[in-house]
Amino acid sequence: MKSMRKLNKVGMILSMVIGMIIAACMSPAAGPEVVESDEAAAPAMQETQSTLSIVQERGKLVCIGNSQLPGFGFLDSEGNFTGFDVDYCRAIAAAIFGDANALEVRPATARERFTILSSGEGDVIIRNTTWTMSRDTDLGMNFGPTTFYDGQGLMVRKELGVSTLDDLQGASVCVITGTTTELNLADQFAAAGVDYEAVVFEDFDQSFTAYEEGRCDAVTTDKSSLVSRQTTLSVPADHVILGVTLSKEPLGPAVRHGDDQWFDLVNWVVYATMLAEEHGIDSTNVDSFMGSDDPNIRKLLGLEGDFCAKVGISNAGCFVDVITEVGNYAEIYNRNLGPDTVFDLPRGLNSLYTDGGILYAPPIR
Amino acid sequence: MQTIHASQVRPPFYRDERVLGVFSQVLVVVIVLGLGLFFFSNMISGLREKHAVAITFSFLGQTAGFDIGESLIEYSRERTYLRAFVVGLLNTFQVAVLGIVFATALGILIGVMRLSTNFLVNRIAAVYIDIFRNIPLLVLLIFWAQGVFLKLPRVADAIVLADSFYLSNRGVAIPWGIPTESWRTYLIVLGAGVIIGAALAYFLREHGKRTGRMPLVTLWFIITVAAVGLIGWIVLPQPLTLDIPSLEGFNTQGGIILSQQFLALLSGLIIYTAAFIAEVVRAGIQSVSKGQREAATALGLTPAQTLRLIIFPQALRVIIPPLTSQYLNLTKNSSLAIAIGYPDLFAVAGNTILNQTGREIEMFTMIMGTYLSLSLLTSILMNVYNRRIRLVER
Repeated sequence: MKSMRKLNKVGMILSMVIGMIIAACMSPAAGPEVVESDEAAAPAMQETQSTLSIVQERGKLVCIGNSQLPGFGFLDSEGNFTGFDVDYCRAIAAAIFGDANALEVRPATARERFTILSSGEGDVIIRNTTWTMSRDTDLGMNFGPTTFYDGQGLMVRKELGVSTLDDLQGASVCVITGTTTELNLADQFAAAGVDYEAVVFEDFDQSFTAYEEGRCDAVTTDKSSLVSRQTTLSVPADHVILGVTLSKEPLGPAVRHGDDQWFDLVNWVVYATMLAEEHGIDSTNVDSFMGSDDPNIRKLLGLEGDFCAKVGISNAGCFVDVITEVGNYAEIYNRNLGPDTVFDLPRGLNSLYTDGGILYAPPIR
Repeated sequence: MQTIHASQVRPPFYRDERVLGVFSQVLVVVIVLGLGLFFFSNMISGLREKHAVAITFSFLGQTAGFDIGESLIEYSRERTYLRAFVVGLLNTFQVAVLGIVFATALGILIGVMRLSTNFLVNRIAAVYIDIFRNIPLLVLLIFWAQGVFLKLPRVADAIVLADSFYLSNRGVAIPWGIPTESWRTYLIVLGAGVIIGAALAYFLREHGKRTGRMPLVTLWFIITVAAVGLIGWIVLPQPLTLDIPSLEGFNTQGGIILSQQFLALLSGLIIYTAAFIAEVVRAGIQSVSKGQREAATALGLTPAQTLRLIIFPQALRVIIPPLTSQYLNLTKNSSLAIAIGYPDLFAVAGNTILNQTGREIEMFTMIMGTYLSLSLLTSILMNVYNRRIRLVER
């Protein structure tokens, strides 16, 4: 019996030693052959499998979006995603497949969106995402052209009579975590020397519920989102968005580092919508431009040169598909945020440079 | 003449129990190590692809840049990520400790009620347990925060008690003492009081052992400490001044504010965990054999005395191990705070810091390590206690 126990002990030690030897062999540092296969496998796979080919094989684009922000990304009562950002997802799908509906919107919280993109669960983030340096570098994102120039604002109850930041001394402010807004708020209030209590929530719904119940005196996020959420409050007229702007918020699409072709594709789909507006081409009249003599228009519509092939799409009329399926920038804007919608958001900075805005797309040449 | 015993005939190695035993152990270790190694190397290669940066904790020294709503220590946006992490940790610790104390008290009460012969008392306890044990904690917390605490009056119409307690949907503001210059001296006096009290208690206990008549040791201890504390309070020039909250501007100022999120989280955790503790207590009490109770009654002990002196000390042996798991659960469940906006460890570190820095592996290693340490600490304390109350066999 005793010898049996001893043997068991020997067995255990033996198994440990063997395990360690195997572990040492398998660890990338020790075993040369393993290192080779380990190192070679991953990057090689990345090179052969470009994002575009993955998307094409899958047959649809997976776009990381928002489901809680009317006007930008919102899951409507019929279960469809609608909004400004969603239309840009649709535009990319239209360019690749000629079908704006070859798309799956993957709703994500502010916190998880970058992780989802990094892990390859999605192809592009179009989710009112602010372009910042640390995201561009540390998080390994590449930001496409800004589709919407926004700024962080504050919404308060009208009855409080607040008009500037200084009036908010001692107030409680509801804020959403995992966003640049949390940092801007801290920076701006510190700069103004105003004490406040930050009440941090994980998503829009909770944050605005708490604000509406009076837990907070003010709620802060991008101004466009404030306008959008104001319409969902029980009495929108009781609330006012302050004139003060806390930050610059250039919102646009983001893709992973390391796939330049895919980055170019996303960029040029966005530029195409702006160029289309610049040339007065929209989804209703695009056919009448097919006989145009203007070289700029001919290049945009794929009648001259082979510009779609340069981003890896074989269909020469890829931008035509974008315009017919989704529309030019003005159409996308007006459909989701324009005067006919509840938001009625003035275009302001988001006008073409020719109309006093800062939308300036480089030429297709 | 040599006889061959059956045991000396060795079976073929593939049927030899000992060889098989060794082999299976080796196999298990290899599989476990192999799997662990696969996931680890996968993580490292994943990191290499994504960032091309090694795992480092140097970012903890950088400026955090964000504010935290409530903190037990001084904190502002200029402080480091590490400081923010500690703020979150202390917030978790605060909820866990208070939660454990109150959940235990409530749990014991409900557990004893559950065994009452009074029909109404018994039923109330049963209904309580059945309701709160069967609702997911997250649902309960969100209901508690949004359905109960957020529905309290707004701060401008706060419920005011005795001109100094303000109850609103921002939380409860209560008066609080502000230390003056003599506060440190007073703490020393109080410490001296505790030492004197402990010495007295030791002496009384020894005396009791000699004479066989045990005096009320605990009572004497409390009286001594209170007396020293009172004398110190009178002699020293006001160690604390009372800060009474008042409504100024947007919020109440002064005193301390127990925020709505804190109260919602704490009460949610207490109510939920107490239901489980009640069952643990009931099981423990019922594990004490009926003869003990009958013997106590026969000796003329009152029901309360029976419970306190006979039943409970014996029940504790059964109660403590499962109670420890409930304490651990409560501590870990406090990470649901993120759902209702309380800045606990997970909300601050796993959400905000993680987001600003993008360092998942480092942050989650730290968070998991911290929760693990908290849990192990609780376990150790409970094990020490368990050893103390163990039945001593003579």
